[in-house]
Amino acid sequence: MERIPILRMGRVLLVTIQVDMHDQLAVTLQDDLTAKIVETGAGGVLIDISSLEVVDSFIGRILGNIATMSRVLDAQTVVVGMQPAVAITLVELGMSLPGIRTALNVEKGMTLLQASMDADEVVLEVADASLED
Amino acid sequence: MPIRSAQDLVLVRQAVRTWSAELKFSLVEQTKMVTAASELARNTLDYGRGGHVTLEMLQEGLRKGLRLSFEDKGPGIPDIDLALRDGYTSGGGMGLGLGGARRLVNEFDIVSKVGEGTRVTVTRWK
Repeated sequence: MERIPILRMGRVLLVTIQVDMHDQLAVTLQDDLTAKIVETGAGGVLIDISSLEVVDSFIGRILGNIATMSRVLDAQTVVVGMQPAVAITLVELGMSLPGIRTALNVEKGMTLLQASMDADEVVLEVADASLED
Repeated sequence: MPIRSAQDLVLVRQAVRTWSAELKFSLVEQTKMVTAASELARNTLDYGRGGHVTLEMLQEGLRKGLRLSFEDKGPGIPDIDLALRDGYTSGGGMGLGLGGARRLVNEFDIVSKVGEGTRVTVTRWK
């Protein structure tokens, strides 16, 4: 079966969508990613959509689902590389992708993910310390 | 072109992209038209139980356009105004398809008869 590959880089799962996804492929990606987060204990998911020429409401909804599901599984999602024409179209379509964090490119997305994963750890350490007190 | 499966949606998007590019639509115009086509084709598939789309190049004086007609013989839409409203869905979607597609094109027309089917026609001019 056709699948979109998920790469692991440290605590981050990296997905690059390079094909015009048909609906089932997008649903499979959503299922694979959630399974992979649990399996690897990943703290972040980076989705590169710079090759995607169309994001319709279905794909938008899948991206939103992935962000929500990974948050529930204690991982953060950042979507990077959206083409300007896609951004314009999404907003006119009525989808502003609430709840999805975005960055301009993979590098900035990685920085954002790393910073928020570090921040999470600090919060955990503080919580642990106050428990010990 | 037939709209019978999720794979057909991909083919419809590709065809609309090619035609829009041939008409020298800008990248943003192309993307809007392809996205509108994707929404409407999905409606034909999910709510109309499949159907077909007709692509048509138009020439009116100096201006050129692309017209897409989506037809199905599905259950039809009882209340079109309601179906066009953002956030309303009779299925499991987000309710952005029909109203959203209307905002992405220049002309939008919908004819639907309960029990007979639905035809949605959209046009974008260069």
